[in-house]
Amino acid sequence: MWLRIWHGINALGIIVLIITGLSMQSGIDSGFIMSFDKAVDAHNISGIIVTLNYFLFLIGNLVTSNGKFYIVKPSAFIKRPIKQAKYYSWGMFHGESAPYPLSEKRKFNPLQKYFYILVMYLAVPGAIITGFALLFPELIIEKVYNLSGIFVTAVFHSIIGFVISIFLIIHLYVATIGKSPLENFKSILSGWHHIHHGKK
Amino acid sequence: MMRNRLILIVFVCCLGWLGARAQSYENAQEHQCLKCHSNQTYTFHNDLMERQESRLMNPYFVLDTIALKAGVHHVFDCIDCHSYEYTTYPHSANIKLEPLATCLDCHGGDESFAKYQFERIDEEYQKSVHYQTYGDAFTCSKCHSQHTYTATARTSSNVQEIVEYSNNMCLSCHNSMQEYKLVSGKDNPELVEVHNWLPNQKLHFENVRCIECHTQVEDSLMVSHNILPKEQALRKCVECHSSNSRLIASLYKYENLQSRKGNGILGTMVSNDSYVIGTHQVPLLKTLSYIIFIGLIVVIIIHTIFRILNRKPDDK
Repeated sequence: MWLRIWHGINALGIIVLIITGLSMQSGIDSGFIMSFDKAVDAHNISGIIVTLNYFLFLIGNLVTSNGKFYIVKPSAFIKRPIKQAKYYSWGMFHGESAPYPLSEKRKFNPLQKYFYILVMYLAVPGAIITGFALLFPELIIEKVYNLSGIFVTAVFHSIIGFVISIFLIIHLYVATIGKSPLENFKSILSGWHHIHHGKK
Repeated sequence: MMRNRLILIVFVCCLGWLGARAQSYENAQEHQCLKCHSNQTYTFHNDLMERQESRLMNPYFVLDTIALKAGVHHVFDCIDCHSYEYTTYPHSANIKLEPLATCLDCHGGDESFAKYQFERIDEEYQKSVHYQTYGDAFTCSKCHSQHTYTATARTSSNVQEIVEYSNNMCLSCHNSMQEYKLVSGKDNPELVEVHNWLPNQKLHFENVRCIECHTQVEDSLMVSHNILPKEQALRKCVECHSSNSRLIASLYKYENLQSRKGNGILGTMVSNDSYVIGTHQVPLLKTLSYIIFIGLIVVIIIHTIFRILNRKPDDK
């Protein structure tokens, strides 16, 4: 249940962050999407909400059983996601069945797992740290070689933001791979996935 | 006969000039003017009362000798610009009513100062709200002290230094109760309150000059002198916070001139110490991001097509 709420807050927050972030960075004269000062405020506020939400996620993964889904199985740890990738790109069109179907013990297939680990434990914390540094620029190192420290931080923040937005698109798309394209979206609300046996 | 007289006159002038030049700002205590005007008190012999007297120097007439030496006019002596009659004390009252030289009196029409464009600055200045309201009484020296002037915008390599130097000129009246009232006859409006609509006020005041928003951009002049009435001041954030930022034509153009790399706009903005949200578009990253994004959409479309094509008949 907490996970459903967490997911909802995250989804909303990150969408706002991406839209406002794009608006500020786009450099388009007309004040793309919304006026600049409102975009800055919206971005800062949703950034703080998502950060708090992230801490909720970290704690939740430690105290509940959800954390186990993020642990990488060391055996064949390259072969597994490749197998899943092959299924997504070729196998599912040729009648193969999913190599790592959903079960109560397995929420993510290996490819998903790797991506989620990278995003949740690398990209999002990176965005949070650089984001907070930009909120308090006095904390940033003044110069990195000959570049302004703030500039470097800002570029990293934008790059990570872009990576997360790409992830989001893939995330939404893969969610449509199911019995019917909308089926998984019901699961977002209910938290449960109807397991199909004998079908792809 | 005339030639001899001419030689004599020139000789005397040289002596006089040399004599005056013998004074310098190096040793303020020996300098005829500075021995009083660089201190808060001065001592003199009162001939009338036949005694030594010490008095307080008027604080507005105490000069900063270090700033004097650092200024561009340090090669001149006091009486090169001020009346020679000041060499006697007590100073005669009516010399204080004489007008002082303005910038154009010396620099106007002088070819060797052509690059500073004094005449154009005067033209622009005459359009400004200060001249329109106060006329000739509002001289160059109201902002630019001839004693301590340095061409900071041309020489500094630090944006914050340029900003501070420039803003202090505005703040010397606009943040001072008495100066503001002296010139305008009105009470000074509270700067912070007036700028309440501006988010991150402190950051803005330290990193952008007043004139960035309060003048019309004049990119062929080093510093725009046409200060507009407050109603015409800039309020749209995106005028600076966009890739076509007006800062490139004003504050950051100095960096352009001084940049050793000549990497174009990105190189110069990258090599200075400030960061302005929305202006620093890294062209390489932007292209990459478009490629990745479009590539992703293409992959998704292909994948979807295959999924549609591959649908089993009993599926939806």
